[in-house]
Amino acid sequence: MEPIRILHSRTVVMAATNIDTDQIIPARFLTTTTKEGLGAQLFADWRYDAAGTPKPDFILNQPASQGCQVLVAGRNIGCGSSREHAPWALVDYGFRAVVSTEIADIFRNNSLKNGLLPIIVDAATHQWLVANPGAEVTVDLQHCELGLPDGRKVLFPVEAFARFCLLNGTDEMGYLLKQGTAIAAYEASHGQQRSRTTA
Amino acid sequence: MAKTLFEKVWDLHQVVPETADTPAVLFIDLHLTHEVTSPQAFTLLREQGLPVRRTDLTFATMDHSTPTTTDQIFGGVPIKLASARGQVEQFARNCAEFNVELLGLQNEKRGIVHIIGPEMGLTQPGKTIVCGDSHTSTHGAFGALAFGIGSTEVGHVFATQCLLQRKAKTMAINVEGALAPGVTAKDLILAIIHEVGVSGGTGHVIEYRGSTIRALSMEERMTVCNMSIEAGARAGMIAPDDTTFAYLEGRERAPQGAAWTTAVAGWRELVTDEGATFDREVQIDATKIQPMITYGTHPGMSIQVSGHVPVRDGDAVFAQSLAYMGLNAGQAIAGAAVDVVFVGSCTNGRLSDLIATADILRGRKVAPGVQMLIVPGSQQVKRAAEALGLHTVFAAAGAEWRESGCSMCLGMNGDTVAKGQYCVSTSNRNFEGRQGVGSRTLLASPLTAAASAITGRVTDPRTLLA
Repeated sequence: MEPIRILHSRTVVMAATNIDTDQIIPARFLTTTTKEGLGAQLFADWRYDAAGTPKPDFILNQPASQGCQVLVAGRNIGCGSSREHAPWALVDYGFRAVVSTEIADIFRNNSLKNGLLPIIVDAATHQWLVANPGAEVTVDLQHCELGLPDGRKVLFPVEAFARFCLLNGTDEMGYLLKQGTAIAAYEASHGQQRSRTTA
Repeated sequence: MAKTLFEKVWDLHQVVPETADTPAVLFIDLHLTHEVTSPQAFTLLREQGLPVRRTDLTFATMDHSTPTTTDQIFGGVPIKLASARGQVEQFARNCAEFNVELLGLQNEKRGIVHIIGPEMGLTQPGKTIVCGDSHTSTHGAFGALAFGIGSTEVGHVFATQCLLQRKAKTMAINVEGALAPGVTAKDLILAIIHEVGVSGGTGHVIEYRGSTIRALSMEERMTVCNMSIEAGARAGMIAPDDTTFAYLEGRERAPQGAAWTTAVAGWRELVTDEGATFDREVQIDATKIQPMITYGTHPGMSIQVSGHVPVRDGDAVFAQSLAYMGLNAGQAIAGAAVDVVFVGSCTNGRLSDLIATADILRGRKVAPGVQMLIVPGSQQVKRAAEALGLHTVFAAAGAEWRESGCSMCLGMNGDTVAKGQYCVSTSNRNFEGRQGVGSRTLLASPLTAAASAITGRVTDPRTLLA
């Protein structure tokens, strides 16, 4: 996972509420067995017509959106399916942060594990971002600050351990594997209560 | 201190408690896995040279991308969709390599992961249960803490049998009163989602409580808990009771003999204590609930089948949703044309759902031009339905009776709804394109779906119930 410390980027705004993970990456692309290359199918049904030609009015197909790393989305982005293919597709496309007033739990969790920073902001900040698409913003994960072009700094919450992992580009697996002794002790003391899957 | 059901299960599974700097290390009792969200996790194990730590707590089935036509399952015809075939084959290889018990394509007990867990007695009160699938919330019907995870976390559980978790907030949904005839658990959960909103449960574990919930069968409780994620909740739980124990007793992977008695005694403790508090409480009057149906593009956009599409001037997202659906603000939903009817999924693919469907279809014909697909949730459900003769009722009505799987709920296996067509579906999501590119989904109960199949129009099932 690529570490995140500071991002400077223009924003792409998709103001629709409840953008679900089926829109981010439709189910027919989930037969893949790898994480790679899903950026091409990001928002496929909004982005391409039936012949696979980019729809010119869709935001990601517009020249101003190219190279943007920050997606500003309407309330409750990432709702629905738990597919991690959604953050994989967003990251593969080039996004590194998603900003909204609410972000669905599983999507937020999956994003944190893939170098995609979920940023929750207050309604007023969100309104400003939606009204100013393409704004040049700074995301400072060290200080948990979103910097707006007028100099305002908006604090956002990030779970402490996830922040540590993102700043260092490390996965949680290493930490979990280091808990081996505690896990073994738990298994030994709770073994009788656990019913195995096998009869 | 008085504890909620969730807090009791949580506390029993903390390997390492959470701190300000680190989440809790939570032990997982049952890890269910399927072909779609596991390949990348197996790759992670391979890259790091790790085994599956607890193969005895890991169980695999294939359901999402599997075909539902008999020829492709049992007739020697290869899976037609090449990408699905590759995924299914790789899953079988992965399970064999990592020694994970798998219900393969032709296994007589194969089915949708959230149907087979309970059916086999793997799902039990007080367990922590995870799966790379958001509808894992289904298993909460047994008083388990069950939630969906991403593929990275699937890898974590494979390798360590644990997850890093922050404790969720709690929400009580108190439901009182009797459901009217023709009103089902599906109508109840659609009404709850309408009340709470599609993000109202974010950050919370729901506990469904009250006389209405206590009166539900296990299959109905599963339908309710299944759609907890559609209200944004991480999980939904119902305290185990005699209904739960009667369902589980004698199931093949449930405790047997003396172990059963001991288990039940422990499970009886899994109730929210008197005086325990929830972060949020919601009251629902079940007597007011009518058959429900969705008209928009998320599960919160629902109305009574006898109702009208709301009018919301100036709401661009709402207008876009109605434009996608080809419906008009203010129109009656009853009478709207239907092209396809789908009965199945982890929400409504159990035997009682098929019995309800047959009750409407018996002696009637699916309307000309309407395709009706009935897909049992598992092969065991299929055989149980056939033992009751339901398949002959379905065939006589002109419905298609298939092999089990997720099928048209998400259309990964090629069972899709064509662009612009309307599908009354007993599944759980009416998102744009969920059932196929350009498909238009109206979520409803099996009764409403079957009634709509008969008339070819959205129909209140009470008009067809004797």
